[in-house]
Amino acid sequence: MDDLYREIIIERYKNPAYRGELDPHDISFEDENPLCGDHIKIDLRVDNNDMITEAAFSGHGCAISQASADLLLEYVIGKSVDEIKKMKKEALLDLLGIELGPVRLKCALLPLKIIKAGIYGLGESNDALLDEEV
Amino acid sequence: MTIEPKPGKSLINIKADFPILGREVHPGVKLTYLDSAATSQKPLCVIEAMDHYYRWINANIHRGVHTLAEESTAQYESARERIAHFIGASVKEEVIFTRNTTESINLVSNSWGRQNLKNGDLVILTEMEHHSNLVPWHILAAEKNLRLEFIEVTPQGELDLNSYQALLQQNPKLVAFSHMSNVLGTINPAAEIIRMAKKVGALTLVDAAQSVPHIPVNVNELDADFMAFSAHKMLGPTGIGVLWGKKALLSSMPPFLGGGDMIKKVHLRSFTPNDLPHKFEAGTPAIAEVIGFGAAIDYLTAIGMDTIARHEKELIQYALRELASVEGVRVVGPESDKKGGVASFVLDGVHPHDVAQILDSDGIAVRAGHHCAMPLHEKFNLPATTRASFYLYNTTEDVDKLVQGLKKVKRYFE
Ligand SMILES: Cc1ncc(COP(=O)(O)O)c(C=O)c1O
Repeated sequence: MDDLYREIIIERYKNPAYRGELDPHDISFEDENPLCGDHIKIDLRVDNNDMITEAAFSGHGCAISQASADLLLEYVIGKSVDEIKKMKKEALLDLLGIELGPVRLKCALLPLKIIKAGIYGLGESNDALLDEEV
Repeated sequence: MTIEPKPGKSLINIKADFPILGREVHPGVKLTYLDSAATSQKPLCVIEAMDHYYRWINANIHRGVHTLAEESTAQYESARERIAHFIGASVKEEVIFTRNTTESINLVSNSWGRQNLKNGDLVILTEMEHHSNLVPWHILAAEKNLRLEFIEVTPQGELDLNSYQALLQQNPKLVAFSHMSNVLGTINPAAEIIRMAKKVGALTLVDAAQSVPHIPVNVNELDADFMAFSAHKMLGPTGIGVLWGKKALLSSMPPFLGGGDMIKKVHLRSFTPNDLPHKFEAGTPAIAEVIGFGAAIDYLTAIGMDTIARHEKELIQYALRELASVEGVRVVGPESDKKGGVASFVLDGVHPHDVAQILDSDGIAVRAGHHCAMPLHEKFNLPATTRASFYLYNTTEDVDKLVQGLKKVKRYFE
């Protein structure tokens, strides 16, 4: 339990650095995990060189999904859109640094699904986005 | 043979009858099971009844003259009789075996609904329904262009009978409602709702998934037309449920599923349906599960539904009082005098999933989410809740564990 609710998770959940909305934005996508009611929207600003310059997330959900969104956005800022397209779920789980069961894994990976679906300009997100480029 | 419980069996030391309640969920951490509204645990007598069936009796029913087939049929039909008696049905033919509450409701919507409802007809539901009493009607409404209206839920979590009265003026054909909410715990005034429906000539369907397991329910006293419930929520196995219906009504309805057992005669191009209840039981049924369900009914009968209801009333009173002492906890639904053993709550600043996860580390099993009642959560503007639900094997110590667990959750998020 102490592993799952590491200080960094609780801290990010209570005091997220990237919570908010960007208006205007270049990319925006939202999705939810209907099972638990986690709902997240991610807004991104991208410069002329396809680099992500700003990012923010809004919505609600459990500590794992919210902390994951916050850590993910910190990671993507300053990276190119292409790099994030290639990002694998393991990279995000490394940022979280926790072992998760199958149910909570969905919470943790929701932000990555959303950011990828947004970058790819897809109508819907899907689990295949977590493993590879589409 | 299996050991049958004796009448007047008490609730003292009852946990010992449920093998799973003795297990550890983590090393050194015993299970505290507070998720019976999702599914109940099973006493040894139910497990043994099914085991005995497979070891000694296993044979298909209603066909074949050999000893095993006769014994198997007799046990299957005897369970039907005990279940009919348990809910006060006049005849056992009124008890149709289905897979669960959900299938029972789908049977009504597909068979009775398809035959009797037409363009523009009104079906009244409520805002507190489980998805299983919503989606079958959505499907039929789309097909037949039906009108669906909903009895409103008050902020206290009760049905607003004034809104119901208004809807009754619009010539409804059916009123389908849950007897007890699986989220709010509210026990709805079923007899009154049915009486009001009858006055305007509407039929009634009671979703009794949460009521039949926890309080005495008598279909004749209620005077409903249909009632649905699941064995797995009342100490029985999964995969078996009941649709009870008035005999005349069931007789007039077309079959739901076609196949073996549900026919009298089959020709290449036609068939004659079988008599009740077999008309609605196509194919080989869940025989072991029916027999297990029968054992569960015997167990509940031996203790007595009055005793169980009283026990759970005391528990919910205690639980609501104790939960109120935890700062930041808000329970949804009415006061304990209007509800059964269900406490759904939110804890300030902590998502229900995190609550449930941290409670699990202490072996406490609760459910987090929308509990298959998304519209009700929307109504209360809650994305999710944490739900603790009680049954006959729970004690005030279980409630104490929950409260201690919640204090631990708060420490994590302080
Ligand atoms: C009120 C209510 N109705 C219907 C159901 C559906 O029961 P089942 O899943 O056994 O079909 C449930 C159980 O989850 C319930 O609580």
